[in-house]
Amino acid sequence: MRTAAQVGRKPAAIGGARTEAGVIQSNEAMDTDRKTRTDSDAAARDGASAPNMSAVEAVGLTRRFGTLTAVDNLTLSVPAGSIFGLLGPNGAGKTTTIKMLTTMLPPSAGMARVSGFDVVRQPVEVRRRMGYVSQMLSADGALTGYENLLLFARLYAIPRPLRRLRILEALEFMALSESQNVMVRNYSGGMIRRLEIAQSMLHRPAVLFLDEPTVGLDPVARRAVWEHLRGLRDNFGATILMTTHDMEEADELSETIAIMHLSRVVAIGSPESLKAQVGPDASLDDVFVHYAGGLIEQGGRYSDVASLRRTVRRLG
Amino acid sequence: MQAGFGIRGSGFAEEISLGICSANPESLTPNPACIAIIDKRMTKDPIYRAFIRDTLALAEVELRKLARDPVEILTRAIQPALWLLVFGQVMARLKAIPTDNMTYLTFMAPGILAQSVLFIAIFYGINVIWERDLGILQKLMATPAPRSALVLGKALSAGVRGTSQAVIIYLLALMLGIPIRFQVGAILGVVGFVLLGSALFSTFSLAVACVVKTRERFMGIGQVLTMPLFFASNAIYPLAIMPAWLRALARVNPLSYQVDALRTLMVQGGQSMFGLGTDVAVHLVVLTVLVLLTARLYPNVVR
Repeated sequence: MRTAAQVGRKPAAIGGARTEAGVIQSNEAMDTDRKTRTDSDAAARDGASAPNMSAVEAVGLTRRFGTLTAVDNLTLSVPAGSIFGLLGPNGAGKTTTIKMLTTMLPPSAGMARVSGFDVVRQPVEVRRRMGYVSQMLSADGALTGYENLLLFARLYAIPRPLRRLRILEALEFMALSESQNVMVRNYSGGMIRRLEIAQSMLHRPAVLFLDEPTVGLDPVARRAVWEHLRGLRDNFGATILMTTHDMEEADELSETIAIMHLSRVVAIGSPESLKAQVGPDASLDDVFVHYAGGLIEQGGRYSDVASLRRTVRRLG
Repeated sequence: MQAGFGIRGSGFAEEISLGICSANPESLTPNPACIAIIDKRMTKDPIYRAFIRDTLALAEVELRKLARDPVEILTRAIQPALWLLVFGQVMARLKAIPTDNMTYLTFMAPGILAQSVLFIAIFYGINVIWERDLGILQKLMATPAPRSALVLGKALSAGVRGTSQAVIIYLLALMLGIPIRFQVGAILGVVGFVLLGSALFSTFSLAVACVVKTRERFMGIGQVLTMPLFFASNAIYPLAIMPAWLRALARVNPLSYQVDALRTLMVQGGQSMFGLGTDVAVHLVVLTVLVLLTARLYPNVVR
């Protein structure tokens, strides 16, 4: 009955918060489950069964584009079953980090593991165990919601007898059952985003990567997406790693936050501990100002980001 | 909490309802044996099966979209219609081009089908740039689908469009009184070659898109490629009347083999210059090489 107990819980935070009683407890719970899986799965190779395994682990992860260092020596560890927010202004290197973790971009230096598999040496194993929701609203407007899901159910190698059930379940979970046969071009932004999250959960990923999941959504749709992401973690045990430049989103959703600024992680910890380190009544904005030396809006004007991305595209 | 596929709690209900697994009645924690079954099914996915399934899944999506929005088929019919009705009719009057035992229009109709296949396919690569800009490609690349299946899936999608062109050109040819071969085998052969040819040229186009990466550059290069490929082929005049240098180019141009096969299979009196076996072999070899090459280039687009 662990499921019910975990709803609304904020579990393990890395970096300075490990001694809290609740954290230890949840780590034990994780270990028990991991053991179950190890016993059941002869293919628990390559350290996937190592104790205290993180769902996502990066050590010294670096990516350079020519002389530009987009991500500099990034080290982080995301406990299984937690929601991790990578917070930073546009151009801080969040998307490049996600690209490396999702096997889209080889790192220049360092290593990363997702669900125990190396992103460079075992990219297909990583992709089998992860879901990815891109920054842009990318569902296919010329297909229905159901058809969008069917395509990904196939690409994720979900066995045929399970496909329809998984799709219907994902639709229901994301509150899209009513509109499953409607062309996606008629969906609202919030519905499309929920459909994309549905696409990425069909195969029960161990880790879900979301790049700015609520950017451009209205407040109501944004709340709905947050609720669904939390539900996804609580019901399916997915670890969620998301990037955001939205303080409220990071504070509301993440158990752990890493603040990225100018290609580096400048602070990491639970929202509470980060705030506590800065001052008694500090908000996350204050934390950001403290570490990045400026408000988030001031970093990275759109033109800077656009030109950076052009550079990256040309050189990459 | 599951470190693996994260199967637990209510998320496990359908496996239980299917009878694939049974739940431990004491708790919501799923039966480990069941996790093993699901795990195995998903990780022991043989590459050839994944390749075929994913390729067909992507092509099927394209077919659905095309069936829903046939306007595109009609607009694309205009160009071949102009070639056949205007260029073809005028050239036929000149009787300047030796076409052995057939009329010039009969000679030219399969060439125009090959041209349509080429023109649609050669700009197909822009789709991948579009999809990159829309975030679709990133999402596809994040699935375990083999890259080669993503490429061939796109290529087959172009084939679906090419086949719709074949229907149009058959109709135009009938209107013009061109003697069509209506044997089932011949028509299936045309469909097969149109699929192969579309796949080949669209994969080439995808490879170009992977290298140039932007729409503007791609359009420029697409224009530069189309006409040389078309004119250095036997589409609207036979190899026999070409100067030696052009004939040499035409002989290494896959489009010539596409035209040769279509001319043999589509119209009465058509005779293969290279032999249909050679035509198939050239298509298959070039397509395979291009798919493998493009699969390697593909990740560049999302970087």
